[in-house]
Amino acid sequence: MNNIIKKYIPQILAILFVVLIFGFLTLNAQTNMDNRGIDFGFGFLSQESSFDVQFSLIEYSGSDSYARAFLVGLLNTLLVSFISIIFCTILGVIIGVARLSSNYLIKNSAAWYVEFFRNIPLLLQIFFWYYAALRALPMPEKANAWFGVTYMTVKGYYIPAMVWENLNVFLYCALAAIISIIVLRNYANKLRDTQGKQIPVLLYSVALLIVLPLLSFLFGGVSLGFEIPELKKLSKISYIYEGGISLPPELIALVLALSLYTSTFVAECVRAGIEGVSKGQKEAAASVGLTPNQVLKLVIMPQALRIIIPPTTNQYLNLTKNSSLAAAIAYPDLVLVFAGTALMQTGKAIEIVSITMLTYLTISLTIAAIMNWYNKKIEIKEK
Amino acid sequence: MQTINFLKPNRDNIKNYSIIGSFLVLVSLIDVISNAFLKINLTSFLPGSLTTLFPLIIGLIGLNMMRIDYSGNKKLDLLNKNINTNNFNALLTLLILFSIIKALPQSLSWMIFDATISGDSKDACTGTGACWTYIKVWFRRFMYGMYPNEFHWRINTAFILVIALGFVGYFMKENLKKYLALYYVIIYPVIAYLVIYYLISGGSFGLQWVETGAWGGLSLTFIVSFFCLIFCFPLGMIFALGRRSNLPAIKYISICYIEFWRGVPLITVLFMSSVMFPMFLPEDFFMDKLVRVIIAITLFEAAYCAEVIRGGLQSLPRGQYDAAKSLGMGYWKMHIFVILPQALKLVIPGIANTFLALVKDTPLIFVVGLAELAGMLALAKTNPKWLGFAMEGYIFASIVFWIICYAMSKYSYNLEAKYKTER
Repeated sequence: MNNIIKKYIPQILAILFVVLIFGFLTLNAQTNMDNRGIDFGFGFLSQESSFDVQFSLIEYSGSDSYARAFLVGLLNTLLVSFISIIFCTILGVIIGVARLSSNYLIKNSAAWYVEFFRNIPLLLQIFFWYYAALRALPMPEKANAWFGVTYMTVKGYYIPAMVWENLNVFLYCALAAIISIIVLRNYANKLRDTQGKQIPVLLYSVALLIVLPLLSFLFGGVSLGFEIPELKKLSKISYIYEGGISLPPELIALVLALSLYTSTFVAECVRAGIEGVSKGQKEAAASVGLTPNQVLKLVIMPQALRIIIPPTTNQYLNLTKNSSLAAAIAYPDLVLVFAGTALMQTGKAIEIVSITMLTYLTISLTIAAIMNWYNKKIEIKEK
Repeated sequence: MQTINFLKPNRDNIKNYSIIGSFLVLVSLIDVISNAFLKINLTSFLPGSLTTLFPLIIGLIGLNMMRIDYSGNKKLDLLNKNINTNNFNALLTLLILFSIIKALPQSLSWMIFDATISGDSKDACTGTGACWTYIKVWFRRFMYGMYPNEFHWRINTAFILVIALGFVGYFMKENLKKYLALYYVIIYPVIAYLVIYYLISGGSFGLQWVETGAWGGLSLTFIVSFFCLIFCFPLGMIFALGRRSNLPAIKYISICYIEFWRGVPLITVLFMSSVMFPMFLPEDFFMDKLVRVIIAITLFEAAYCAEVIRGGLQSLPRGQYDAAKSLGMGYWKMHIFVILPQALKLVIPGIANTFLALVKDTPLIFVVGLAELAGMLALAKTNPKWLGFAMEGYIFASIVFWIICYAMSKYSYNLEAKYKTER
């Protein structure tokens, strides 16, 4: 009897507490909305949004629905996160390895890089790049060409656009190359496990990746042209580049700040991972007769990656969530487009904020679930 | 017959080689320095791109000549071991050295030599360097926001009082030490709240009322992070214990809470607190924006705190639980006297990181219209009298935040070392 009370009373109390809080909040919301004449519902999503977005990956204009505006924002968020993740990984790995270098100068420069960039709030870094550093760039008419065809100006970075013909043939070829590489790798692994034979997989993979798309150019009728941005005079003093792709300064500032900031955390993960592999492993592998390359590829990396990947994914997740700071410099991401502009126009605070939060929650939980599955898979199975 | 080895020193000729090598490195460094500081190009007689590559090539040859294992000269060995193990390393060393030397004069002259700090208007800044006058004039605004100038002593006194109260724990008598946790978790926050409310807000004791809209600058950053810090820790502890509980209802409520807050970005939480939360409050009930923001950040960071503390709880060996239970301790007794003291010791670095993240997150309250340091900078930047000094402002703010965060992380290292127990 005593046990049952001990077991159930706290649970009932906890549930009651949660239910009461939620009940209280909903009740208030109900009365508040009744008083102000607002009704709850998601019907507004199909209404015409009638606002413009500066930068979008898909076709969008004011006559499209709020749902499409939401999609524009989401895609912009994913775009900036994706680019930043690539850059922060490259930087993070370099810095992380540099921190383990035997060279005193390199080791310490890397350490100071980490201490410097991770101790300054991300928002300040974004502001710095956007308002201070990028504003110092030249006007379009005075810009020098970088690599001959790209222009870094105060209005954004202009790069040539690719003009494809028969793009789908090319994509099929690339897909075929990737699939055949996967098959080849599996086959090579099997061969190594069963017969102890090694085949140069990397060489074959690179060859496949080059040859198959090349074939599509030669025989598939694929062609690739470049549209180079050209300076155009709008009025007496205002110039603009036409053609090509323009990356707005907001995007550049965000990518710079996010990748520099997150790379410090990635670097720490990489360092911890490599340090986490015990020296004995390396020596044992060498004494079995593996070459230094093989030691790195077959012994060190698999073990280091096991330590590196989970916290690094966490950092990627943080980066994606941090990309919502875009709203502070008016990059049209999910928060700015949907929780900012759309909310101002419709006044549907509860619906819009919940949709925004649920979107981020879904992204986070999906990645977390995949990570858990992956961790289970690579876990060292001890006997 | 002795083979001629041009670039490979051995032990016999090490002296000559090291002298020639260090001379070459010196030449390359002098070339770069004279280029950067004195704007004299010593190698202008060389064609085109060779001029820029000259110091690199000379330096590489020099370092290569100096490289020898176990030369017998201790200083040379130390140098070789640290910066000159192979050609690639030597190249990187030279590149880093050169880029530091190249960057130094520009940044130094911008920040110090060409900078202005005198005067009290924009006209004083005519040089090419930074305009620290801007920081000097706006300094009080950056620190105290729109808080009336004549009342700044109130903020200062309140902070000194709160900090002094925080150190009470150090000087407590031995027999009172058992109430330390009680003091820090319940009494201290209440006193701190009262001090800040009555001193900074005012409204009674003859102090003029200052609304929270006027608060701002770095002091607001401190106020927000201070309250979030002291509230999020106990809350996080509750949810960490809840997540480890055997009772399913409590466990799943805690999991939902933690995963929800960890899955959303802080900025949406702040949006929620400013636009959505008022809808959920009773009609005639008004809650200050600052209070709403503090509640939002506390709830948010508590989830992160909970996960860190849970890590500590999990890493304790089962034996500790079993031993405590076998002594007849109940759930609360076991946790308060056996489990938590050990677990909290283990999670000091993690907790410090969470607090650091919290301090770095406070500038975000800028998006809901509270002007702390980043917000004041945005205001000052758009002031028509002071246009064009964004760079100075952000560098100043970055330095301030960097010092705070770096000090915090160093302090956490010290704490970690102090409370480390051997297992």
